[in-house]
Amino acid sequence: MGNMLLEVRGLKIGATIHPPGEKSRDIEIVKGVSFTLEKGRVLGLIGESGAGKSTIGLSSMAYGRGGVRITGGEVHVNGRDILKLSPRGLRAVRGAEVTYVAQSAAAAFNPAKKLMEQVTEAAVHHGRCSREEAEKRAVVLFKKLGLPNPETFGNRYPHQVSGGQLQRAMTAMALCPQPDLVVFDEPTTALDVTTQIDVLAAIKDAIRDTGVAALYITHDLAVVAQVSDEIMVLRHGEMVEHGETDQIINRPAKEYTQALVSVRSIEHQEKTLAAPVLTVDGITARYRGTKFDVLSDVNVSLAPGQTLAIVGESGSGKSTLARVITGLLPPSAGKIDFAGRTLSRDLAGRSRDDLRELQMIYQMADVAMNPRQTVGTIIGRPLEFYFGLKGEAKRKRTQELLDQIEMGAGFIDRYPAELSGGQKQRVCIARALAAKPKLIICDEVTSALDPLVADGILKLLLDLQKAEDVAYLFITHDLATVKAIADSIAVMFKGRVVRYGTKTEVLTPPFDDYTDLLLGSVPEMRLGWLEDVLSSRRMESAGN
Amino acid sequence: MMRMPVSAMIGLFFTSLYFLAAIFAPVIAPYGMAEVVGGVWEPMGPEHWLGTDSIGRDLLTRMIYGGRTTIFIATAATILSFTTGSILGFLAATIGGWVDQALSRFVDLVMAIPSLIFALVVLSVMPVTITVLILVMGLLDATRVYRLARAVAVDITVMDYVEAARLRGEGRLWVIFREILPNALSPLVAEMGLRFIFMVLFVSTLSFLGLGVQPPAADWGGIVKENKEGIVYGIPAALVPAFAIATLAISVNLVADWVLNRTTSLKGGR
Repeated sequence: MGNMLLEVRGLKIGATIHPPGEKSRDIEIVKGVSFTLEKGRVLGLIGESGAGKSTIGLSSMAYGRGGVRITGGEVHVNGRDILKLSPRGLRAVRGAEVTYVAQSAAAAFNPAKKLMEQVTEAAVHHGRCSREEAEKRAVVLFKKLGLPNPETFGNRYPHQVSGGQLQRAMTAMALCPQPDLVVFDEPTTALDVTTQIDVLAAIKDAIRDTGVAALYITHDLAVVAQVSDEIMVLRHGEMVEHGETDQIINRPAKEYTQALVSVRSIEHQEKTLAAPVLTVDGITARYRGTKFDVLSDVNVSLAPGQTLAIVGESGSGKSTLARVITGLLPPSAGKIDFAGRTLSRDLAGRSRDDLRELQMIYQMADVAMNPRQTVGTIIGRPLEFYFGLKGEAKRKRTQELLDQIEMGAGFIDRYPAELSGGQKQRVCIARALAAKPKLIICDEVTSALDPLVADGILKLLLDLQKAEDVAYLFITHDLATVKAIADSIAVMFKGRVVRYGTKTEVLTPPFDDYTDLLLGSVPEMRLGWLEDVLSSRRMESAGN
Repeated sequence: MMRMPVSAMIGLFFTSLYFLAAIFAPVIAPYGMAEVVGGVWEPMGPEHWLGTDSIGRDLLTRMIYGGRTTIFIATAATILSFTTGSILGFLAATIGGWVDQALSRFVDLVMAIPSLIFALVVLSVMPVTITVLILVMGLLDATRVYRLARAVAVDITVMDYVEAARLRGEGRLWVIFREILPNALSPLVAEMGLRFIFMVLFVSTLSFLGLGVQPPAADWGGIVKENKEGIVYGIPAALVPAFAIATLAISVNLVADWVLNRTTSLKGGR
């Protein structure tokens, strides 16, 4: 028992919710969770959104976010129950014994202060060491985390470093006071896959070298498999399964865990190429008032009833391509042929049929629907607008569409706020489908959703493609999704298509450098994947 | 029945009291509006509940008719300022570009001139009728509404659902009235209460300065003006309309606060 660091017993966390038009009531977010963590071990907390992962993570600092309160249980850190501590006692624990790494480093740093000041602040403030010592320690940590120019890195301001570097700087901040426990709250979720792998490796090394214990919170099982010694699966505030990483990944006992592990099991047979419905020919585009081409000479085409996946990291021009095709951003060169006719460069010049046959589904379903309109109005509007359906006929067709997206009769009069994330995205799909389109542009439609829900959406999209013979232009940064649904793939990098062809062609070696990096960076759900990738890269660079 | 806070109840009580009195003025007023019924500045009593004014008219009657004029002008001017202000603001936000620039800079220009002075200048060259008064007040105040409506609409136009409507090929009017307006309503409604009060104060100020409602027609600002000499002799007649203006201002604000609280917690409210 001597090296028991964190012991959580029967933790209960509640909040008061105020649903509109109803009485406020108390709900339980975490329903009696218990676990222990020894010194130097890493526990992964995993679950979908609303599972209570972050809430449990923060409770190890006896902290609850606004409106949340710890209603029962005990949290022992180094043998004492920190829930019983006075505010002064808590202050000594937080930022010294237990530290925190937040998801969005960009929002967590003070933009007006230099990095060094912020990284060393907690250590100095808590009297763990003098400023000089803390700065020395920070430089060592910067070096360990692979940050460029560790000696001078701290002199920069947060906006002068990249997102991945900032996330590593925050890890340095958390490690600087030499804490016993670090809580990592989705530290790589907001990063690109190619950046995520560096940060992940840096965090893993830092944990191992400093011997600190960690709670690693994430919704990505493949990520947590790389860094943690044990994994606890959470759902609806309750523990589903808790075991060694090896057991959870390779021999999951509970049904829910099995579903999480086997996610992305969709099989999609690649179709042969046919005469294209959409041809993007030499498109170059830039935003007004800039002198920089966001897209340069992009050529892709898409056959009817097929799926073209556009892959790349953020800033590669994926979404800009969608804006050009929809007419929101007129290109400076090139032309777009759609369904046998050349599309006007801007939106105003397009016919109603052009608009109808080219629909779009957005990443954030919440803001893609007017919060003041019911589901019936949202789906019914394209029916009325394009086909002149009214009254009973419109309602009947709306209900048919709702049935098609596997939502029942009760949903037609609901507001978007009364739907779950997956249901919202389904309604957006139905709205696009209502126009009887030939092509739907899907802009990161699953990236804001939990893996299981995203899987359901992808399956639905594939079924609808079969039934309606609609083509998809699928924009994503998630290669697992691409493998699941694409017929052909275009890899984009800095506004250019660097690799383009059928799925088999693109995913078969030899790869160009960027595609290789991108494909190699997607976390795989097996133990030791991170080490394998890193060692193969090291060998390559040694060979060069 | 939803629970209503006490403050809103008080506000609603006084607001509806004043509005009802304004609507039914000819029915409930004990005397004629300009009828001289007694001596100068008679004290309060059973004959004349609030006493009489500087030339012997019944003050309660004057107050009721005065409220009718003041509230009517303020309401009409508020409606005018809200329709013009919000439609122009929404247009500027959805069209953008030079239309937005031209409108916004023009509004800045008008707002740079103190509205009271601007109104005084305009009213001194134009015939002072109720229509002109409403037009001047409404259009001057529309600049404030324009700024708010534009700011709110700019936030909404970047939402994906507005983009989706544009991609569908919807006309500008649909976008404004069906996509933007419902989502901009709650800040606008809250502002409406405030603007109404400014209108009451504005018309009272103008009348007090002699450029608003012209005698013998009564309005609260005018009644203060007619009776202000009495204060020197300890006659409270001028304080009665002042008190009415103050209570109306506070109670409308209480109602507006409550409306804002209610609407922001609506489904999907902003």
